[in-house]
Amino acid sequence: MSTVSSSPVIERGTATSRIAAIAVAVIIALLAIAPQFLSAGAVDRMTALFIYVILAAMWNALAGFGGLVSVGQQVFFGLGAYFAIRLADAGLNPFASLFVSAIVVGVLSWPLSLFMLRLRNGEFAIGMWVIAALTHLLVNLDRLVQGETGTSLISLNVYDAGTRRVAIYWLALASMTALLATLFGLLRGSTGAAIRAIRDNEDAAASVGVRVTGTKRLLFVLAAFGIGVAGALWLATSITFQPKTYFNVQWTAYMIFMVLVGGIGTFEGAILGALVFFLIETWFGGTGVWYLVGLGATAVLFSLFLPRGLWGTIEERFGLRLLPVGYRVRLPATAVDGDATPQQSTISREKA
Amino acid sequence: MSNQIIQGILLGGYYALIACGLSFMFSVMRIINLAHGSLAVFAAFALWWLASRFHIPPFVGLLIVLPLMAAIGWALQRFLLERSARGGALLPILTTFGLAIVIDNMLFEQFGADTRSLAPYIGSLSYDSWEWPGSIYVGKLAVIMFATAVILLGGLQLFLTRTRLGRSIRATSEDPDTAGLVGVDARRANAIAASIAMVTVGLAGAFLGMRATFDPYAGAPQLLFAFEAAVIGGAGSLWGTLVGGIVLALAQTLGAQVHPQGFLIGGHAVFLVVLFVRLSTSGLGLRGLLRLPSRSAS
Repeated sequence: MSTVSSSPVIERGTATSRIAAIAVAVIIALLAIAPQFLSAGAVDRMTALFIYVILAAMWNALAGFGGLVSVGQQVFFGLGAYFAIRLADAGLNPFASLFVSAIVVGVLSWPLSLFMLRLRNGEFAIGMWVIAALTHLLVNLDRLVQGETGTSLISLNVYDAGTRRVAIYWLALASMTALLATLFGLLRGSTGAAIRAIRDNEDAAASVGVRVTGTKRLLFVLAAFGIGVAGALWLATSITFQPKTYFNVQWTAYMIFMVLVGGIGTFEGAILGALVFFLIETWFGGTGVWYLVGLGATAVLFSLFLPRGLWGTIEERFGLRLLPVGYRVRLPATAVDGDATPQQSTISREKA
Repeated sequence: MSNQIIQGILLGGYYALIACGLSFMFSVMRIINLAHGSLAVFAAFALWWLASRFHIPPFVGLLIVLPLMAAIGWALQRFLLERSARGGALLPILTTFGLAIVIDNMLFEQFGADTRSLAPYIGSLSYDSWEWPGSIYVGKLAVIMFATAVILLGGLQLFLTRTRLGRSIRATSEDPDTAGLVGVDARRANAIAASIAMVTVGLAGAFLGMRATFDPYAGAPQLLFAFEAAVIGGAGSLWGTLVGGIVLALAQTLGAQVHPQGFLIGGHAVFLVVLFVRLSTSGLGLRGLLRLPSRSAS
């Protein structure tokens, strides 16, 4: 991993990150066998957590790495569920339709990106919201959906409740793992260098030959696909499809909250943010309106006082990097072994 | 049909009212305030509260609510936007979105889910109408609303071009650093601009409450209308927002003719069509659809 030379050492993996990689594998393995030991309710909650992680990671990919803040990502969430309903209604196996639906969403997002990516900052943010509002209205016109009354993924009822619950749990876990792995691979590869260059300075990146639009498009389509998977999985857990619930801007609010709190533009931050959100929801979700006020206020406070989020701050303070997607430079005096101490790694200014 | 067109044009006055604050703030501070619609709904609730609790008619209530909105605008700029704008162009979007969630849910907590209207408190004005030649009936309120929009836009235009304060705001929007060199206090100019924007939001909220119903979560659609009208009106002067508002309203009216649910669809569709045409004709570097014409470069 690290190139050995006389002066500054460029490194990617550290001892911590190698331990973290093993830990991740162990955690995933434990999660895979967890349904054996968990109650039905706990399995459902864990499924929700996996979906939150997908949402956070995908919004982070778009905003944190692509510099594209969208307030309309609920459009892909809603469409993921809607197409799953449509495909299942057409006779496709309900489980298969969940993923075919996400592919349809990903394919649709391609032409949309040609158009939307020419908008900048706030224009893109609200422009996406308009797209979501319009799509919601159009889906309402579908007779199958029956307007706001909604419909259900009835064909899933042929499986008994227990099998269904565990199957959806595994699908959610597998989807989360696959999407995170894809994003991780993307960020570590040559595209990742382009992505981080765009995040840090778009004009400068373009001037050194980074394909800005193409890279952004890739992130846009990936995020659309991932959020489509999340929407379809959510449909599978809740069975009923009401357009109002799925095309609700609340979903984007959750994504923004998770990423802002966790740490925008850091791979680990989105996962941490999803965990925090999950815990807050578990503890305070019952308090209704105040819970939502709290989420909004926390988002405001983080954006004002801790814009790098929890993970961004931890990373900066302790030089900790569990799942490194970038490289960092360490000065020779400190670069003897892989143990990074706080003082040493403040020298390495590299981000993510 | 001509009746519908006239109603549509008058409704455009409302959209111009709600859009001009958004467009104004964007052109001065380069910030799109996502709490824009929620703040308008907040103003409507404030007027409703004054009217239902203290029997203060909404038009009198404006004397209380508009200064309050100005103060909110000043505080918003000083404590939130100024700080978050330092963190780059994306952060204010997140900050104002968070603020919108807080406002919406606080309103829900305070006033519940019921839809409200100011119509019961303005007497016969809510349904009075004039008969124009050709047996066309136009609501008095709609005409007042349109006239307010025209006066407000004209007044803002005069203020920005003729007064010292207006010129300092324009200078700040052009280039805050250079404006500072010639003695303009950019922070003050921005705070005043935010106050002015919030006063227009207060007025828009008042008319929202009088002409229709509102509930705590009505802010999001208002934001979308404001944004659409501002973008359709485009890079023109403030009068562009009036044109944008009218186009949006006409498209909605037309949509409603075609399909019972076509009102909103028509509005969103015309917005996207205008956007598409403009994006494909203007070529590269389309950075500011909302921009004032005076700022050409960057």
